[in-house]
Amino acid sequence: MKNILQDLNKAFENKVRLGIMSALVVNDSLNFNNLKELLGVTDGNLASHMKSLEKSEYVQVKKEFLNRKPNTQYSATTAGKEAFIKHIKAIEQLLKH
Amino acid sequence: MEKQKYLDDLQDIRTIMDRSSRFISLSGMSGIIAGVLALLGAYSAYQAVYENQNYLSYRRASITSESLITLLAIASGVLILSLLAGILLTRNKARKTNQKLWDSQSQRLLINLFIPLAVGGILCLILLSKGFIGLIAPLTLVFYGLALINASKYTLSEIRSLGIIEVALGLIGCQFVGYGLILWALGFGILHIIYGIVMHVKYDS
Repeated sequence: MKNILQDLNKAFENKVRLGIMSALVVNDSLNFNNLKELLGVTDGNLASHMKSLEKSEYVQVKKEFLNRKPNTQYSATTAGKEAFIKHIKAIEQLLKH
Repeated sequence: MEKQKYLDDLQDIRTIMDRSSRFISLSGMSGIIAGVLALLGAYSAYQAVYENQNYLSYRRASITSESLITLLAIASGVLILSLLAGILLTRNKARKTNQKLWDSQSQRLLINLFIPLAVGGILCLILLSKGFIGLIAPLTLVFYGLALINASKYTLSEIRSLGIIEVALGLIGCQFVGYGLILWALGFGILHIIYGIVMHVKYDS
């Protein structure tokens, strides 16, 4: 039981961060507006949670220009994907007990 | 209580993965238009093939090289117009939902749709060249249905049941070849209209 709790990742306790990671593990990359729409959150809310995921190096950012408009693409890092899968597995284990 | 939170989390993860990896801008209206076009096409094909025969009974199709050209023209006309309507309406809807018409989701959808569809199309052309005319209409239904089932993983889930019904209609048509065109009109016409209306009501607002 203790081990399982260790595998639960604090970074994914929050609903928005959980949502960001869910979307990013099944997509190569998504932009800010895609994610905002998908999760139904405000700009500020999404940005602050994204920052924290960036800090943990679970998400990487690529800034580019699309029709001269800035377009920020987010994708999950390998470490992020691994951590997220570990987190889901821990939840599943926890629910079995 | 703790457990409920994690159950909710899992549910959220699943929903978000689903919504973010499926192409959901399919326009219901384009289904309705495709259905109407298919009905018009089936009616003209009916006129071309079953000329001078009594209506409403089981009958034999006679295809001359002349009516063959008419049939191919009708078929490609219906196909091209339906595709055009589909692309235009879906583009409009994609704009509204802020989804790109040509993104990784729609590409994945189209590739998986076109693999069974292309196989079916080629098979039908081979059958046509060998004179197995009766099987063509039902086989287009079978392969279209399989294509829909294959593509349904990447778009609205209703597409799957539409595919299953199309395959069933196609198989019935293979057994009762004389009703091929009627079943074709039912599958490509009526079903598209029904599903189009359902999806228009459910998603297009």
